[in-house]
Amino acid sequence: MTTTLDTAVALEIRNAHKSFGPREVLKGIDLTVLPGDVVVILGPSGSGKSTLLRTINHLERPDLGYVAVHGELIGVEVRGDRLHELSQRAVRRQRTRIGFVAQSFNLFPNLTARDNVAEPLIAHKRLGKPAARDRAIELLAKVGLGDRGDAYPRQLSGGQQQRVAIARSLALEPSLVLFDEPTSALDPELVGEVLSVIRQLADSGTTLVIVTHEIGFAREVADTAVFIDDGVIVEQGPPSQVLDNPRQPRTREFLSKVL
Amino acid sequence: MSEPVTLKPSPGIAPAGGHVSRLDPQVAQRRVTPRLRPWRWIVSGAVLVVLAQFVSGIFTNTHYEWHKFWPYFTRESILDGVLVTLQVVGLSAVFGLVLGVVVALGRLSTNPLVSSLAWAYVWFFRALPLPLLLIITFNFSYFYPRLGVGIPWGPVFAEVKLSTLTPLAIAVIALGLNEAAYAAEVIRGGILSVEHGQIEAANALGLSRARQLRRVVLPQALRSIVPAYGNQLIGLIKASSLVYYVSLLDLFGTVFVLESRHPESLVPILIVGAAWYLLLTAALSVVQFYVERFFARGSAHALPATPVQRLRRFTVDSWGRFVGVRLTRRGF
Repeated sequence: MTTTLDTAVALEIRNAHKSFGPREVLKGIDLTVLPGDVVVILGPSGSGKSTLLRTINHLERPDLGYVAVHGELIGVEVRGDRLHELSQRAVRRQRTRIGFVAQSFNLFPNLTARDNVAEPLIAHKRLGKPAARDRAIELLAKVGLGDRGDAYPRQLSGGQQQRVAIARSLALEPSLVLFDEPTSALDPELVGEVLSVIRQLADSGTTLVIVTHEIGFAREVADTAVFIDDGVIVEQGPPSQVLDNPRQPRTREFLSKVL
Repeated sequence: MSEPVTLKPSPGIAPAGGHVSRLDPQVAQRRVTPRLRPWRWIVSGAVLVVLAQFVSGIFTNTHYEWHKFWPYFTRESILDGVLVTLQVVGLSAVFGLVLGVVVALGRLSTNPLVSSLAWAYVWFFRALPLPLLLIITFNFSYFYPRLGVGIPWGPVFAEVKLSTLTPLAIAVIALGLNEAAYAAEVIRGGILSVEHGQIEAANALGLSRARQLRRVVLPQALRSIVPAYGNQLIGLIKASSLVYYVSLLDLFGTVFVLESRHPESLVPILIVGAAWYLLLTAALSVVQFYVERFFARGSAHALPATPVQRLRRFTVDSWGRFVGVRLTRRGF
């Protein structure tokens, strides 16, 4: 490979393929995200959108193709004419630059909200314990939970837990944050508080890739909407086009069911 | 409550559908008194009577020879036996736990050779009856006189002469090897009970494997490991009575020897033995209770009450229910 990757591109996915056994889930995905952009990925369940998101921080290893964040290949390196998977250690270092928020929050139940947020800072020796805890409280304050630092996850509502999870994903100051259906596990009345935190994040200029079913939110916050079906990108463009005037019949059919 | 409820049409309440509530509206203001449970008290009384008879029998039956209890309970040979039991249990519990963690992690390894070896370990040491394992360990020096560290088929750097091992060391090795096999399964079960999302979240944050284990997986796994392992340790206390086979005089061995030497004091000696085992197990249960409480932090359930808290609640509640008076918790 002679060409170098463009460091001005926040996220570049080229020809990403992934199979689980005989089932091909990603069939060649290409996506370019510029810094500060908010990309919303939509699609029916089983279309491969979560798998795509998980290949971005190498929670899944693509079989073919690559993912690069700010010009750095994720999880692999070029050796000769092949891509070789990096060591666990190297992948972990790369993941510190990519935030990840899961549908089921996955807060550590044995740690308080504050210690959940402080954990990555301490683990990666960014800060000492007391400083990390102070920083955790600052981050919690940003998601409106500055006074709940001592609560254990199970003492918090779903919406609060997800906001703590967002604060935790921001602790290492990632250049890119991934959201995997962040509101799907929440009661309807709690969705709003989480969306407003994500909206703030979008407004602050952080690059976001969000898998969601909240079409209204997507329309409002996204710079680019991507519709995925059966492992390929069917349509992508500004939300005004993809969501309001879809060109592909498959997109139109999906939206008519969701809206 | 004594005043009868008046059943009369009340024109004031006429909900949708035209149905009219017939109860006096005052009734809705009344507090519900929990049902009295007379049978509970009658049955409890009967059980207490039987229990009282048994307890009085313990003191009046001359075969117990209670005057001999304390001298035997504190007899030097018995205390030495207790010390040996504590040493054997303590050391083999630590040895078994450490090795058990290693074997459990081995069984969970993705490396097929490592996981099969760990499986084979568990299979081997769970299959051998403990007395047999003890005797094999005792005689191990006949077929492997020395164990050394060095280059395979090459020079040896350091070695131990197995024939110099003390009975205590042999007992600890045998019990520890056996304990590790069971502990490994308990620990593996605990680790498997941790949700996969936890490990994924730790991965997404780039935490190292060691840190994932220490900060995320083990603290959660321990919640289910501790009760099962407590069970295991109580088993170990009793299994330690088998060290008799490697000529180690523990609590059981001492009781056994004493009882054959002083057949006239058979009953008091047996009671002393039982009392010591009950005491050791009780102490372990208390420790287990507080360890469990510690690892219950952040769990969905409220922390289990300590015995003092429970006693307070019990006396307040049952007294309150018995006399039919509501007591406020304030002041307690």
